[in-house]
Amino acid sequence: MTLTASSIGRKVAMALSGIFLVLFLTQHFSINILSVFSENLFNEVSHFMGNNPIVQFILQPILIFGVLFHFIMGFVLELQNSKSRKIKYSSYKGSANASWMSRNMIYSGIVILSFLGLHFYDFWVPEMNYKYVEVLPLDPNRYFGELVHKFHSPFRVAIYALSFIFLSLHLVHGFASSFQSMGINNKYSKTIKSFTTFFSVVVPLGFIFIALFHHLN
Amino acid sequence: MNLTLKVWRQANSESKGKMETYQIADVSPDMSFLEMMDVLNEQLMTQGIDPIAFDHDCREGICGMCSMFINGEAHGPDRLVTTCQLHMRKFNNGDTITIEPFRAKAFPVIKDLTVDRSAFDRVQQAGGFVSVNTSGNTQDANAIPIDKHDADKAFDAATCIGCGACVATCKNASAMLFVSAKVSQYSLLPQGKVEATERVMNMVKQMDEEGFGNCTNTGACEVECPKGISLENIARMNREYLYASLKG
Repeated sequence: MTLTASSIGRKVAMALSGIFLVLFLTQHFSINILSVFSENLFNEVSHFMGNNPIVQFILQPILIFGVLFHFIMGFVLELQNSKSRKIKYSSYKGSANASWMSRNMIYSGIVILSFLGLHFYDFWVPEMNYKYVEVLPLDPNRYFGELVHKFHSPFRVAIYALSFIFLSLHLVHGFASSFQSMGINNKYSKTIKSFTTFFSVVVPLGFIFIALFHHLN
Repeated sequence: MNLTLKVWRQANSESKGKMETYQIADVSPDMSFLEMMDVLNEQLMTQGIDPIAFDHDCREGICGMCSMFINGEAHGPDRLVTTCQLHMRKFNNGDTITIEPFRAKAFPVIKDLTVDRSAFDRVQQAGGFVSVNTSGNTQDANAIPIDKHDADKAFDAATCIGCGACVATCKNASAMLFVSAKVSQYSLLPQGKVEATERVMNMVKQMDEEGFGNCTNTGACEVECPKGISLENIARMNREYLYASLKG
């Protein structure tokens, strides 16, 4: 039986892909925050990530698969769940027993997916074009300028900030929930929840700070 | 108290139901919710209206038969009680109370507020038991020492009365809390460990076949459960299921 054939298997698959994306987010944030402190260091690390064959041809496809899997599975689960109650309640007090974030993961997820579309259009598509379509010469110093250029528009910065607020809401439930899905609910659960809150605030806020920093400078 | 009641009326499982509005006067705050429903039914019968069908049996929170969704919550606004233990003092004079059946694809409406919860029976039959050889040499259960913590956790899980409030309240109509309680009450005990792998696989398979939704860890089931069954049980079932799947 495949992992996704059962309801628990699907939960675990969502949890594992979610944790993988959290790890990626941490790595992405760690690199981006360098742009605030040192242009050279940011360029150096970005050049390494953009040209290392292991990152480009092994890790990047795994990441794209992880992103697609998490979103597709999220939509599949939502569709299945919507079929499990054909007639809706005329009065349903969801806020009495569960957080808004936990009840609206699909909506925060759709905002994040839309943001990813914009993010790919902003960075990934030009990068692929630069390296594999136009095959332009290597330039280890172009990354910082490309980053700063994207944050000139206050409209784009606002969209980025709003998206990261939704990412925060998604993480507040999703991160700790992943551990429950994988069967981890013990004396460490309180610490996991505290770390989830910390991570869900600090990382998205950090991304917003980076966008604002470059916009204002 | 004078109340306005909006109640789901449905003649049978085939017919299309709708909300009907009734007025009820002089409700005592000391009445239980079901006593108030009894009074309403007497009133309806004197008016020549078909009384409202609703499930009930022990009326002391043990049997798990009562199953109303009151003002948007399973078993109403109180915590750790079934509908029969809910008192009218939780409401105010002039309130409008919405009363609906537990709704889920796996819990089809039989009539008005009564629903068919036999899906739970089938899940239980799929593995919620310990096979005992009754050939005459059955071991005395007390001869097996059990850790106090495990015994307490197994007992806590066993307090699930199978009312279905977890399914009714879950936005996905998931039955994970019920099934996990039934899995846990056996798997924590040495007598139940023997069949643990088979049990969790069979019960989860049956749960999925019945059409319950997927759990998304909102935790609403734990809050609305009249017996306070913990989400720890769901985590335990997830662990056991993963282990059983890997074991093949």
